[in-house]
Amino acid sequence: MRSPHASIRIDNLTVAYDRHPAVHHLSGAFEVGSMTAVVGPNGAGKSTLLKAIVGLLRPAEGRVSLTGALADDIAYLPQQAEIDRQFPISTLDTVTMGFWRRSGAFGAIAPAMLEEARQALAAVGLIGFDARPIGTLSAGQFQRVLFARVMVQDAPVILLDEPFNAIDSRTTSDLLALVHRWSAELRTVVAVLHDMEQVRAHFPQTLLISRELIGWGETAATLTADNLARARHMSEAWDEHAPLCHVPAA
Amino acid sequence: MYLPYELLLQPFVDYGFMRRALVAIFGLAIGCGPIGVFLILRRMSLVGDAMSHAVLPGAAIAFLLFGFSLTAMTIGGFLVGLAVALCAGTITRLTPQREDASFAALFLISLALGVMLVSWQGTSVDLMHVLFGAILAVDNPALILVAGIATVSVITLAAIFRALVIECLDPGFLRAVHGGGARYHLLFLVLVVLNLVAGFQSLGTLMTVGLMMLPAASARFWTSEIGPMLLFSAAGAFVSGYIGLLVSYHVNLPSGPAIILTAGLMYILSVVFGRNGGLVRTYLRAPHFQR
Repeated sequence: MRSPHASIRIDNLTVAYDRHPAVHHLSGAFEVGSMTAVVGPNGAGKSTLLKAIVGLLRPAEGRVSLTGALADDIAYLPQQAEIDRQFPISTLDTVTMGFWRRSGAFGAIAPAMLEEARQALAAVGLIGFDARPIGTLSAGQFQRVLFARVMVQDAPVILLDEPFNAIDSRTTSDLLALVHRWSAELRTVVAVLHDMEQVRAHFPQTLLISRELIGWGETAATLTADNLARARHMSEAWDEHAPLCHVPAA
Repeated sequence: MYLPYELLLQPFVDYGFMRRALVAIFGLAIGCGPIGVFLILRRMSLVGDAMSHAVLPGAAIAFLLFGFSLTAMTIGGFLVGLAVALCAGTITRLTPQREDASFAALFLISLALGVMLVSWQGTSVDLMHVLFGAILAVDNPALILVAGIATVSVITLAAIFRALVIECLDPGFLRAVHGGGARYHLLFLVLVVLNLVAGFQSLGTLMTVGLMMLPAASARFWTSEIGPMLLFSAAGAFVSGYIGLLVSYHVNLPSGPAIILTAGLMYILSVVFGRNGGLVRTYLRAPHFQR
């Protein structure tokens, strides 16, 4: 069993699409066992930040460094999974995808691992769904399957991108309980969220981003009216005539 | 009237060329069937057809250099098919262009090149063999080729099965865990080209695509799990071959198209009567279970 402790350091990170920054000179750290909500207006760079941490996007400048974990030791739940729901695969087999780190492409899925997958399904409230084709599940049920997959990945770092979109409140509170459990296990959890009440109630840390860093720290101190107003002022459209950004002196 | 023996078995007992054709069909079926299922699941159904045209310049160049040597044409076709598949796959990975567009672009370039080479040299009759095949003329070397390719194909598919399924199902997941999805996809494309080229002599590339796609397309009407789909596809391809050969023998029709039309009939029957989404089942609705 790996030690489930890892922290993420962000150093002057800029991630750009076609030379327009989506994340602009961000610096800070996600500490071991922290539970951080990432909030901001649309287009603020939240998903971009998560993708840069996982390694799906290259930084234009700056870096992301992981301490205590490797880059492929991150469990990432994207916003709209490119999952083909019509694929003829069962719920249980979908959850066993999470064993990739342990089994690799060619290793067997041991009976013990199958049992672990079943327990993960039970933990998200989907007992008896093992053989169901994923095409027959509702959006909420499918999101729970993806959560079970994250569980089974047993990763020290968990990134969730808008995990509760289009999910009913009962499922959401069940899944939030899971997230709390992960944090209690000292896994580093980062979640992009839109519901401020949810953030205030459940997440001790918040990163408020609006392309650039507005605030990062304890939730109550970060989500002030002032900060939220500053975040809202960010323009979503690209400025084709913006001056070239020079690197601020270190 | 005809005894079942005379109808179903005697042609194969009596004639060596029929036996060899049947063995060739068996090899092609177990190679192409599963590949077709993955092509469909990957929404690459027309890619197989595109690739069957793309191999033409390879066969043409080999023909120019070595004359009518099936070995040379097979190798030439394979190399060109591979080049087209790898280029299209790479373009899709490295640029925003989607797979269907990059394949369309490249196979058309390849096909035009092939047509130009063929017209430049005049005779095209022998080259058409490559496209349409001559299954009753299959000889032992061709059989060994088919069997070899089927073996490599099945073993490779079995080895990369999990990675291929995940790559089809959730490519983002594989990228996030740095699972190297690209190499499995490219390996799969290699298998597609290999199986098409296996059909060069027997069915010809154009009809081999039929054997690849029709049983696979029928499979989803009978099962909703991938394992049974693969088995159904291979079995269906073989049965189509068997029946098609018999029909062409008794009724004196060209064998290649007879085999593919049999597969086509199987497809239509599946669409109408299939247990899993077939028309009859869907529209002559059975009452639902009571609460």
